[in-house]
Amino acid sequence: MNGYTTHEFDVLVIGAGGAGLRAAIEASGNGTKVALICKSLLGKAHTVMAEGGMAAALGNADDRDSWSTHFADTMRGGMYLNNSRMAELHAKEAADRVNELEAWGAVFDRTPEGRINQRNFGGHKYRRLAHVGDRTGLEMIRTLQDHGIHQGFEVFMEYTVVDLLMDGGRVAGAFAYERNHGTFHLFRAKAVILATGGLGRCYKITSNSWEGTGDGHALAYHAGAEMRDMEFLQFHPTGMVWPPSVRGILVTEGVRGEGGILQNSEGRRFMFDDIPDAYSHQTSDNEEEGWRYITGDKQARRPPELLTRDHVARCIIREIKEGRGSPHGGVFLNIHWIKEHIKDAEGHIKKKLPSMYHQFKELAGVDITKESMEVGPTTHYVMGGIKVDADTQMSTVPGLFAAGECAGGLHGANRLGGNSLSDLVVFGKRAGQYAAEYASAHDMPTIDEGQVQDITQETLAPFERGDTGENPFQIQQALQEMMQAKAGIVRTHAEMAEGLEELQRLKARAATCGVQSNRDFNPGWNTALDLKPLLACSEMILMSAIDRKESRGGHYHDDYPEKCPEHGKWNTIIQKGADGTMTRRESEIPAIRSDLQGIIEENQR
Amino acid sequence: MSKATFRISRGSGGDLTPADYEIEIGEGMVVLDAVHQIQYEGASDLAVRWNCKAGKCGSCSAEINGMPRLMCMTRLEDLDLSQPVTVEPMRAFPHVRDLVTDVSFNYRAKKSIKPFKPRKPDNADGTWNMKQEDVERVQEFRKCIECFLCQDVCHVLRDHHKHEEFIGPRHFVYSAALEMHPLDTEDRVADLKKAQGIGYCNITKCCTVVCPEHIKITDNAIIPLKERVVDEFYDPLTKLFRMFKPKK
Repeated sequence: MNGYTTHEFDVLVIGAGGAGLRAAIEASGNGTKVALICKSLLGKAHTVMAEGGMAAALGNADDRDSWSTHFADTMRGGMYLNNSRMAELHAKEAADRVNELEAWGAVFDRTPEGRINQRNFGGHKYRRLAHVGDRTGLEMIRTLQDHGIHQGFEVFMEYTVVDLLMDGGRVAGAFAYERNHGTFHLFRAKAVILATGGLGRCYKITSNSWEGTGDGHALAYHAGAEMRDMEFLQFHPTGMVWPPSVRGILVTEGVRGEGGILQNSEGRRFMFDDIPDAYSHQTSDNEEEGWRYITGDKQARRPPELLTRDHVARCIIREIKEGRGSPHGGVFLNIHWIKEHIKDAEGHIKKKLPSMYHQFKELAGVDITKESMEVGPTTHYVMGGIKVDADTQMSTVPGLFAAGECAGGLHGANRLGGNSLSDLVVFGKRAGQYAAEYASAHDMPTIDEGQVQDITQETLAPFERGDTGENPFQIQQALQEMMQAKAGIVRTHAEMAEGLEELQRLKARAATCGVQSNRDFNPGWNTALDLKPLLACSEMILMSAIDRKESRGGHYHDDYPEKCPEHGKWNTIIQKGADGTMTRRESEIPAIRSDLQGIIEENQR
Repeated sequence: MSKATFRISRGSGGDLTPADYEIEIGEGMVVLDAVHQIQYEGASDLAVRWNCKAGKCGSCSAEINGMPRLMCMTRLEDLDLSQPVTVEPMRAFPHVRDLVTDVSFNYRAKKSIKPFKPRKPDNADGTWNMKQEDVERVQEFRKCIECFLCQDVCHVLRDHHKHEEFIGPRHFVYSAALEMHPLDTEDRVADLKKAQGIGYCNITKCCTVVCPEHIKITDNAIIPLKERVVDEFYDPLTKLFRMFKPKK
C-alpha cells in the first residue's frame, strides 16, 4: 500500500480555482503536456464563492476610468507595500482578461448600451467591477472550466498534494494522494505552478471553504521559497454573524455597492464618523451625496461605506466594542432603505443581489428586502504569500511558479474588493505562459527516492497511531480558536507572543494525532494531513505580525495603532532557515519607477 | 439545548448500513453542521464531501429523509426531529464511501457537449454588444452550481441507469445555456436527439422540484430544447423537404 503511481508532465498546476484553470489553459498548447490537480471536484474551488465582481478599467460604466487610475487605487489601497510592477501589469491587463472571458462564454450583466456593466466597490474611484449579480466567481470558474476541458490538459480531481519534490535547488514535481481511495501519486514535472488559494481555515470565523488550508503557502515555504507580507490578512467587514452555524459566511461588498448602509444599534450611519485623510477628498460627508454617487452621478463623492475593507472592518469592531453593536455581536447592514429612493426596491434587490437574498432567507430567516442584516468581520483573504517575479510569476525556487491568492505582492497591505478575480486571470495567464517556457527550456528533473520514502512515511503516520492518537478535528479547532484569539483583526504583542508559544504546543499535539479505519475517503486522515500546512501558515502569520510594530492595512497592532512611515519602506520576508526553523527579515522596497510614481502623485490630488 | 438523532448510511462500495448518532443541536444548525459535529465527537472517518457550506458550490448533495438536498442548506428547524433524520448518499451514482458518491459521469457527459462557439466580434476591439433582456434567459441557466441533485432525482438515471444514452437534466440546462446564448453559432440539436437522449425525458419535473437554485429546468431548458428537436427532425414539412433535398 506504500506504492505509488508515477505521472510525467511538462507543467504541473496545483489548484483549480480561477488562477489554476487560467494557468492550465495558457500552458496547454504548443505540445506542452499539462496536468491540473484539484483538491475538490472541478468547479468547486473557492473562486466559486466570489460574489461582487472583477475589477478592470473597461470604462464602460464611467469613461473617465483608465488603467492608471486603477493602478493608483490599488497602490493606495495596499498602502504602498505592493509590488508596483505587479500592480501595473494587473491594471493594464485586467480589461483584456475580462473580454477574454466573454469570448469564452461568460455572460456578464449589461449596460443599457449592451456593454459589460460595472459596479461600485470600496476603494475604486470609478464604477469598475464587471459582475453577474452577486455570483461573479461562479461565472468565472464555470467559464474557465467549460473552456478548459476542451484544451487538452489532464485533470486530477480530489487529489491533495502533500509535498513538493526537489532536485537540488530546483522543483522536480509533487507527491499527492487521491481522496476516494487514498492511493499515492508522484507527479514528475519540469515546472510547477502553485495556485492553491488562501489560508482562511487557520481561523475559526472565516468565509473560506474547507480547502483554504494554505497548502501552496506551506509547500513553497518547505521548498525554501521566500514568503512576503504574511502579517497582512484581510478581515472582510461583512460576514454573517447569526445563527452560529453560518458565522463567517460572506456577505458581498456588492450590497454596499448597490447602496447598502452600515448602522449601529442607535440607527446611526457610523461610517461618516471616521473618514481617513487619504480618502477625504473623494468620500461624501452626507447621505444625500452618497446616494447620488450610487445612482451614477459623476459629480458626487463615494459614500463612506465604500472605504477600503480594512478601515470598514475596524470601524465595525469599534462600534461593537463600544457597545453599539447588534444583538448577536455585529452591526446592521441595511439595503432595504433604498426603497426611500427606488420604486421597486424589492425587485431591484432580488435582481442585483439574488444569492444574498436567498442566503439570508434560507439560513437566517431574514428577508433583506424588509429587514437589516447582522454582519461582522470574517477572515477572508491573505494579501501575503509566495514572493514572485512580477512578470513571470516565478518564485525564488527555480521552476516553481505561483499565481492568485497564494502569491504575494499585488495587494500590499490591503486588497481592494474585485482585485482578486482579476488577479487570478491576469497572473494565472502569466504563470502558465512562463512555466511552459521554462519547461521547454529545461530537462526533466530527477526524483530523490529518499525524499519520497520520507513523505509516504509521514503521510501514513496518523494511521499507525490509530485510535490512541488525538482526533485531528479537535486539534484543528484548537488551532483555529488560538489564531482567532491571538492573531485576529486587533492584535497585541502579548497575545501574539502567547500565540507563538501555544503554536509550539499545537505542533506537538499534531504529531500525536491518530485516525481510524482505512484510506478510502477518510476526512479524519485528510484533516490530519491538512494540519501541517495550517500550522506552517499560522506560524508565518504570527512571526510576521509580531514584528511589524505599526498598524497598516490588514495588520492592526493595538500597541502601535498608527501607521509609521519608516515601516512603509520594507516588506516582511519569511524563509525556512538552514536548520529547518522559520526565519524572518525585512526587505527594502525598491524605488517605484518614476512614471508610476508620477501616476500615484497625480491621483493623490 | 435539545438533542436529535441522525441515521447516517455508513459503508463502502454500495454496501451500506445505517448508523445512529445522537448529538446536541443548536440554533440555526444545518444538516452539514450535524455531520461535522458527529465527526468531531468521534466518527472522524465519516465520509462527506463539502466545500463552501453556503449553498454556492454544490458539493454536499445527499438524500435527507429521502429528499435530494444540499446538506448545507437544510436547516434542522425545518425537519421533524422527533424521529431520526436519515442522511443517505445520492443513488444515481456509484457509491464510494458513506455519504460520498462517484459523480465523474457528469464530467464525462459535459465533455460530450459541443463547446461555446461565438460569432465574429461586433466591435473592432474584439468585444460584443448584448442587451440585458437578451442574456437574462441564459443567466438563469448559468446559476447552476452543479450539485447534480437533478441528475440524482431523474428516474432515467436513478431507476433506468441510462447513463450511457442520456446526459441528464443538468446537461440539458448546460446545452440550453449554450443554444440560447446570443453569441453562440454551434448546432447541438442532432446530438441532443441522438447521443444525448433528450427523448427519454418525459417531463415529470422532479428535477425542477429539487433544484436549489430554483432554475425552471423542465419549462425553461428541456421543453424548448425538445421543441428544437421536434422542429428539426419531426416537422412534416421539413421532413418532406429533406426527402427531396439532394444528398450531400
